[in-house]
Amino acid sequence: MATAEIEPAALPAAESRPPWTAVLHEWVVTVDHKKIGILYVLMAVGFILVAGAAAVMMRLQLWAPNLALVPPTTFNQFFTLHGTTMVFFVGMPLLIGIANFAVPLMIGARDMAFPRLNAFGFWATLFGGLLVYFSLVVPGGPPTIGWFAYAPLTENSFARGPGVDCWALGLIVSGLGTTTAAINFIVTILSLRCPGMTLRKVPFFVWVMFWTSVQILVVMPPLTAALTMLEFDRQLGAHFFDTQAGGSAYLWQHLFWFFGHPEVYILVLPAFGMISEVVPVFSRKVLFGYEFMAAATAAIAFISLGVWAHHMFAVGMSRALDLFFAAASMLVSIPTGIKLFNWLATVYGGKLVLKSPMLFALGFLSMFVIGGLTGIILACAPVDLQVTDTYFVVGHFHWVLIGGTVFGIFSAIHYWYPKATGRMLSERLAKWQFWLLFLGFILTFAPMHVAGILGMPRRIYTYGPGRGWELWNQLATLGALLQAPSYLIFAYNIVTSLWKGKVAGDDPWDAWTLEWATTSPPPAYNFAVVPTVKSRRPLWDLKHPDDPDWKYE
Amino acid sequence: MTDLSPPPPEVLPESAAAPPDHTAGVEGRPEPHKAGMVCFLVSEAAFFSTLIMAYVIFLRHGSAGPTPDEALSLPLVLGNTACLLASSATVHLAERSLRKGNVGAFRLLWAATILLGVLFLVGTAVEWRGLIRDHGLTIGVNLFGTTYYTLVGFHAFHVTLGVLALAAVLGVSARGLLPGTAPLPVTLVGWYWHFVDVVWVVVFLVVYVLGR
Repeated sequence: MATAEIEPAALPAAESRPPWTAVLHEWVVTVDHKKIGILYVLMAVGFILVAGAAAVMMRLQLWAPNLALVPPTTFNQFFTLHGTTMVFFVGMPLLIGIANFAVPLMIGARDMAFPRLNAFGFWATLFGGLLVYFSLVVPGGPPTIGWFAYAPLTENSFARGPGVDCWALGLIVSGLGTTTAAINFIVTILSLRCPGMTLRKVPFFVWVMFWTSVQILVVMPPLTAALTMLEFDRQLGAHFFDTQAGGSAYLWQHLFWFFGHPEVYILVLPAFGMISEVVPVFSRKVLFGYEFMAAATAAIAFISLGVWAHHMFAVGMSRALDLFFAAASMLVSIPTGIKLFNWLATVYGGKLVLKSPMLFALGFLSMFVIGGLTGIILACAPVDLQVTDTYFVVGHFHWVLIGGTVFGIFSAIHYWYPKATGRMLSERLAKWQFWLLFLGFILTFAPMHVAGILGMPRRIYTYGPGRGWELWNQLATLGALLQAPSYLIFAYNIVTSLWKGKVAGDDPWDAWTLEWATTSPPPAYNFAVVPTVKSRRPLWDLKHPDDPDWKYE
Repeated sequence: MTDLSPPPPEVLPESAAAPPDHTAGVEGRPEPHKAGMVCFLVSEAAFFSTLIMAYVIFLRHGSAGPTPDEALSLPLVLGNTACLLASSATVHLAERSLRKGNVGAFRLLWAATILLGVLFLVGTAVEWRGLIRDHGLTIGVNLFGTTYYTLVGFHAFHVTLGVLALAAVLGVSARGLLPGTAPLPVTLVGWYWHFVDVVWVVVFLVVYVLGR
């Protein structure tokens, strides 16, 4: 092409880069879904380092009996900030950010439905997080309430400083941001799909984000309401959770877990979607059982709204409620099992490409199943009563959240980083990251199950000698020290690959969804011509005109 | 072969500019702003459900201080309810007038809706003054006060936002900036207003009828 020669005007522009203030301004005022998605991810990476450091400090404190490395109050503040941050300011922003980047591209849209609302969602999340961390400088410091903030620990009589207020208001603010993000996803997916892309033809990640958003829409406002009630208690003298004036600590648990348990699925469903994109591409096969997977996703979204009180067996609800919530919780394993077997069937007989996204995806497949199995153990109310509030529970949910969510997220970031930046991540560093994380993660959280069965309670800042807990705690601490560098390697990799990485090209993985049809990084408008699709794998159709998918779907 | 999709990236003109409205979607898909409003109202419904549930749970949880039977009186609140129900009718009629092209009737009915909304708020203020002065009912006095003021207060807060939104639409219309016979702001604010009214019907039934 004659126009392909380098235009003289383009060269000086590349040399004289815009001043950093102009770049900063552009990123602060952006309403581009790709930039907002990247901002979400960067924010989460910042928070993961902070909350991870708190975790390492806690593990060091628990290295041996009666250590005095971290004072008790500080220890309580660490686990409160660690849990809150990892759920609200790492997990959700990573998932929402990656989806923000990928969903419009995958459905052939030019942006999210409401770009300015999208920017609001990000900034609300960021400033909500900063508001929670503002508690570091208020009298009394950060709250000591755990991420679930059980009443009446949060009431004025037990938490006199403004730390709890920072925490509650921060979560209200970020919760509003998350709710707007959910609205944006639902509308984008319903209204802005490109011509030909019916809801039965959306990439699986998009389908999953739709249901995740529905969950957010239904459970985030009740949390906002509960947090508002808490603030009314603290600031206006109301008595919702004030047990001394007839309020109910039990009500808080119901309200919190009505949000809190679906939240676990909000954190893991998008990871399911990411895996469902990566596994087929790196197995060189189409996703097995798309319809069953789609139905299972919707089933999980519905069932997860009715399982919350399995966090409350030890409260002493009633036999009927215990039975209902135990049965409902076990029911979730059916659609989840369907998904797992479909992923395995996708891998089965495939020509596996063991690049970093697939490594993390296989890490997910192997580890998530174990977390799921300990989940079934915990759903059994009599067993739960024996191990409730022990390290068995800590081991279980970290197994699901790291083995599931974090591996899924790393898989997705390694998969879409070339699209977002135009550069490949270093495979060598990615493999170091994967193996350190994989081994460190097992070493950290497997011993916790044993410590829990031996009776070690959660949230204790130290323990006496001679209970048989020392070995398991030391293994866990070693595991944490093994994991920690993997996150630093990841941060180093995503930064340095920006200029050191190999140029990616438009479609480095030979993938099949629409985001790989545009340039890397995509232009602001994504697609010069809005594409039209006829199947679930439009790029397969394009690359194989002799054997297109739409003939068989 | 021409219908194979999408066009390969190399044939896409690099400089093609995005169309002015990226939300101009495909035929038959939901209108984005309407879909967004429905989602927003779903989240609002989830919010109010939580408050209503808290009210019901603490109902008749005997603690010192005024009870609903002693404190709440029907006549004033029936007037309030009538205002809000009538405002749902006026907003509906206003939309219908606009669809028929009668802008004058639209503005009149829309202004009547605002007036009825303000009347409801004034009525609530009068009711609260009575509760605080005559019955000593505050948010901190007992669980009834806690749940009552939270639930009714959040509803009144939504009515306030609705009145402001209605007034904004009226202002835009008065400056002649509302195009067409069914502009989106009118439809969406109308939906919001109906929603707030429906919430009130539930609050009224729970607090003033069943809970008394």
